Amino acid sequence: MPAAERGEADLMRYAADVDHHYTTTGIDNRKLGFWVLIGSESLFFGSLIATYMVYRGQSTVGPFPHGPDGLLDIPLTSVSTFVLLMSSLAMVLALHAVQVNNRRGAMLWLFATAFLGATFLGFQAYEFTHFWHEGLTLDRNLFGASFFILTGFHGAHVAVGVVWLLVLMTEAWRHRLPAQRALSVEIAGLYWHFVDVVWIVIFTLIYLIE
Amino acid sequence: MDTHVHEDHGSHPGPKAYVLIGLILTIVTAVEIAVYYIEALDDWSTAIIVPLSMAKFLLVVMFYMHLKFDNRLLTAVFAACGLLAIAVIVSLVILFKVLPYQPLG
Repeated sequence: MPAAERGEADLMRYAADVDHHYTTTGIDNRKLGFWVLIGSESLFFGSLIATYMVYRGQSTVGPFPHGPDGLLDIPLTSVSTFVLLMSSLAMVLALHAVQVNNRRGAMLWLFATAFLGATFLGFQAYEFTHFWHEGLTLDRNLFGASFFILTGFHGAHVAVGVVWLLVLMTEAWRHRLPAQRALSVEIAGLYWHFVDVVWIVIFTLIYLIE
Repeated sequence: MDTHVHEDHGSHPGPKAYVLIGLILTIVTAVEIAVYYIEALDDWSTAIIVPLSMAKFLLVVMFYMHLKFDNRLLTAVFAACGLLAIAVIVSLVILFKVLPYQPLG
C-alpha cells in the first residue's frame, strides 16, 4: 500500500477511535488532562510571581528596574507584548482553519503563530543581553535573580510552544492534519494562550506597575 | 455513567469574533501603556492598569481558550488552580511585606 494511502487509513482509524471514545465526564480525556496540566502550570508561575513580588523593591544595589536610571524599556516590551497577543489571534485562526479542513490556511496561521512567538523570543534575547551589559545578572541583586528566573521560564515555555507549532505545521504540510485531528491543534492552542495570559500578568506586574 | 464525547466546534466563535477580540486586546494594551505614561494619572495608574489587565486575561481565557463555550468542569479546574495560585501570592506578600518581623526566641 502506498505511503499516502497508508497514512489516510491511519487517519480514518484514528477518526473512528475519536468518534467511539467514551468518558465519564463527556470531555475528551486529553483535553481534560491538559487543563489539569495548565492548572499545575498556574501554580508554578504563581510561585515565581510570588517570589518576584516578595523581593520587589528589596535590592540594595543597582541596577534597578524603575526610576530615572531604570533598566526596563517599556516601549520595546510593549511591542513584544503586542506581538505575543497577535500570535494568540493567529493561533485561533489556525485552529479554525483546521476545523474547516483548510490545509493552506492551517499551515499559514500555524507558521504565523510560530513566527510571532520566535519574534517575541528575539525581543527577550535582546532585552536579556542589554541587561547583562548594564551589569544585571542572576547574582547581582534580588531584582536580577527574580526577574531572570520568572521571565526566563516564561521564555522557555514560549520556545517549547514554537517547536510544537512547527511540528503541527509540518503535519499539515504532510496532509496529516485533517479536521478529525483538530483537537491536537486545540490543545497546542490552549498551551499557547496560557503562555500569553501569563505574559499579560508579568507585563503588568513587572513593567507597568512601579 | 458513561457519556459520549461530543466536540461541538460549531459553538466556538468564528474568525470575525476572534479578530474583534484581538482588536479589543490591542486597544486595551494601548490604553494601559498610555496610563503608564500620563503623569496626571500616576496616583491612579495601578488602580486603572490592574483591572484592564484582568479584562485582557479574561478575554483570552473565555474566547481564545473557549472556556465560555466548553464544559464547566474545565472552568472549575482552571479557576481552582488559579485561585490557589493567587492565594499563594497574597499569603507570601502578607507574610514577608506586611506582617512585622519577629525573630525566633
